[in-house]
Amino acid sequence: MKLLYFAWVREKIGQAEEDLEPPANIRRVSELLDWLRERGPQYREALADAARIRVAVNQEHVKADAMIGPRDEIAIFPPVTGG
Amino acid sequence: MIRVQAGDFDIGAEITRLMAARTDVGAVVTFTGLVRDMADAPLKAMSLEHYPGMTEKSLGEIEAEARARWPLQDCLIIHRYGRLKPGDRIVLVVTASAHRDAAFEAARFLMDWLKTEAPFWKREETGEGAKWVDAKSSDGEAALKWKKGPA
Repeated sequence: MKLLYFAWVREKIGQAEEDLEPPANIRRVSELLDWLRERGPQYREALADAARIRVAVNQEHVKADAMIGPRDEIAIFPPVTGG
Repeated sequence: MIRVQAGDFDIGAEITRLMAARTDVGAVVTFTGLVRDMADAPLKAMSLEHYPGMTEKSLGEIEAEARARWPLQDCLIIHRYGRLKPGDRIVLVVTASAHRDAAFEAARFLMDWLKTEAPFWKREETGEGAKWVDAKSSDGEAALKWKKGPA
């Protein structure tokens, strides 16, 4: 699964994108975020405040209980500030 | 129509192009968003990061929603990304309809939704360094008022 990070999420994690293979029991966005937090302190810091994290799966905004699959593109970013 | 681009746009040229060769438009409404300097800490630059692919998709969906809700003859959203200076144009929304109610309301709707849906992130550079702009709760509330309740 392809992970993309933007804005300060990218800065705190230290990279803009990566390809990961979470275990098969990771099926929802919330589970993915929990699993990512365990990968290291930079992930824990970036994802510390769930209220300031938004997720898109295949370029659509989703909620924390959305299902994810191994071929999805998953982006993690702060609340948007365009316009 | 949606354009996501680094380069500047010419408001007059865009309106003229939208209205060319048609006489069924009675009302054209235009909104321009600009980089505004701040009184307390002068702005050196504002940078806009975006999610290529999702920006176009998101703006396309926002336009489709506006066209579904209002009778629009035409609709244009241009949103820039990259490093901009105070006074620079960031976003243009143009709506064209037979009558002004639809043009005004659709333009307002497009801006309110764009501010909560379109994947851009602003970073302000001042004398004190650079920091990411936080989303405003007022923008979230403005978008909520367009949500359709049960019929």
